[in-house]
Amino acid sequence: MAEVSPILEARGITRSFGRVTALRGADFAARPGEVSAIVGDNGAGKSTLIKIFSGALQPDGGTLLIDGKPTLFNSPQDARRHGIETVYQDLALASALDVSANLFLGREVRSSGLAGKLGFLNDRAMRKQAQQEMADLQIGLSSVRQPVFTLSGGQRQAIAVARATAWGKRVVIMDEPTAALGVRETQMVLRLIKRVRDAGTAVVIISHSMPEVFEVADRITILRLGRTVRQMRRDETTMTEVVAFMTGAAVEKLAEIE
Amino acid sequence: MSAPTQPEPVELRPAAPPSSSPLQRWLRAGLGANNLYILLVLIALMAFFSLISPNHAFFGTSNFLNIVWDSAETLLLAIGETFVIITAGIDLSVGTVLMVSGVSAAWVMAQTAGTPAQVTSGHFPHAGQAIILGIIAGLGVGLLAGAINGILITRLRLPAFIVTLGVFSVANGLGDLISSSGAAGQNAIPPVPDRFANSFGSGNLILGLPTLVFVSALAAIIAHIVLTRTIFGRRTFAVGSNLEGSRLSGVPVNMHVFLVYVLCGFMSGLAGIFDLARYQTVDIAGHSLDNLNAIAAVVIGGTSLFGGTGSIVGTVIGAFIPTVLRYGFTIQGVSSFWQDVVVGLIIIVAVFIDQVRRQRTT
Repeated sequence: MAEVSPILEARGITRSFGRVTALRGADFAARPGEVSAIVGDNGAGKSTLIKIFSGALQPDGGTLLIDGKPTLFNSPQDARRHGIETVYQDLALASALDVSANLFLGREVRSSGLAGKLGFLNDRAMRKQAQQEMADLQIGLSSVRQPVFTLSGGQRQAIAVARATAWGKRVVIMDEPTAALGVRETQMVLRLIKRVRDAGTAVVIISHSMPEVFEVADRITILRLGRTVRQMRRDETTMTEVVAFMTGAAVEKLAEIE
Repeated sequence: MSAPTQPEPVELRPAAPPSSSPLQRWLRAGLGANNLYILLVLIALMAFFSLISPNHAFFGTSNFLNIVWDSAETLLLAIGETFVIITAGIDLSVGTVLMVSGVSAAWVMAQTAGTPAQVTSGHFPHAGQAIILGIIAGLGVGLLAGAINGILITRLRLPAFIVTLGVFSVANGLGDLISSSGAAGQNAIPPVPDRFANSFGSGNLILGLPTLVFVSALAAIIAHIVLTRTIFGRRTFAVGSNLEGSRLSGVPVNMHVFLVYVLCGFMSGLAGIFDLARYQTVDIAGHSLDNLNAIAAVVIGGTSLFGGTGSIVGTVIGAFIPTVLRYGFTIQGVSSFWQDVVVGLIIIVAVFIDQVRRQRTT
């Protein structure tokens, strides 16, 4: 199987907060049409790493490459311009607004002509596109005009994912996308992740749940104490091995290999 | 670890299917259920005062004119306040900013209309330019106060409550200082050109109504359109619903909040100009509770103090309630101070109802 070259790649990323070193050499790669999971114990630096990918934080050292070219993101807007979208853990949805308004929040569609220049919204176009997006991802909603506060946790997660995939045509990053969900809704979101992947997007997820990682991920990157200890294909490893690397039980073995 | 369950297809349905009769849907589409109730309360209040007032004096043209006139002034403040409260903010400075805007406008008019001697004796050789400069000064002071509120809230990240309370006090003090330093003597607002009063005050009644009523109505229509149909309105709701989420979604949150306070300051300045034209002077102490009347109008009108929801239609109806109470009490011979008592209680009750409703929906 030929290796697809990564869209998003990190080499030797370091980042400290005052005296606390969160990352001390993190490597990572995300390829189109693949789900890449980042796993690690608490404090391994997972959240810091994805905040660097989404432009919310800047690295102290190391290189971030987009399509093989070194790139610097100064803000989430910079990352977005490269087609990278993030689903934050708190989802960043405005619950008082309807589904369509949330999908287009910060990127509202204007009316044509003078009305558009005056800042008038083209809600019809937004709703139509929102409906299309819901249909493409097979998210069943009775209406895109429903306010988000009327939706369940899984539905809200689905809306946040839909917003990210609607704009992030290349990379979608999800921080613990199923953390707050029940079993049925988790299954729904995992299917959604696979659909996004099958559409050719590179999906990056952080997860604590090993069964979930092994269900959706194509590749697994293991962080430990701010360093990437292993990057491997899911079908080349086992849950036991991954947990061993996460907790440090397999570090000696790794050192011998190197 | 429990094994992943059988992957049965999950059909997503609305968490709580909205149960609504055709009548309810019609109300929601037209006026909004809350606004309809408030309108009924307003009509009931007016009917009540009309029936119990001696000779039904409440139900008289001149009384209604005063009610509409006062409500129109409250409405100007309440429109700006509606935008602010939808962003989950608050502006406590509107009343004293109104006052200092009016005082500044009067002062500038006095300085530019003629010599001090001419002005004190009621002659205004350069009335035309003085009126224009005075209006610019009044609006400018309103804009400036709004900008100060907006900058302190967004840049220094201070709570809106404290910032606008501070500006409330600053504006109050400055109004006193300007009026007591003027050429017209101690603690006096200089006279304003008659032409100004005639154009914007009681001298110019169209269909029996003062200019202010048309200006307020126009402002309300524009505000309603902006809030419901434009990017600015959409983002006002978004910021109030989830500030951090809006920021992460690419909404320029700080700029937006700043502009909302600037708008509120501008509306206060505008109200100050019309207040000056109506009374040809400014009641320095008489505007310290305007902020509560404006906030009452907004929260009675169904705008949530927690942010994210609200409407101008509700605010328009709500703006009448404090005024109707004041005139109703006055005609009954009840001290108008009772209006302050009742408005205070209404605000508390309205916010309580809002909180209960909110707990049900989230």
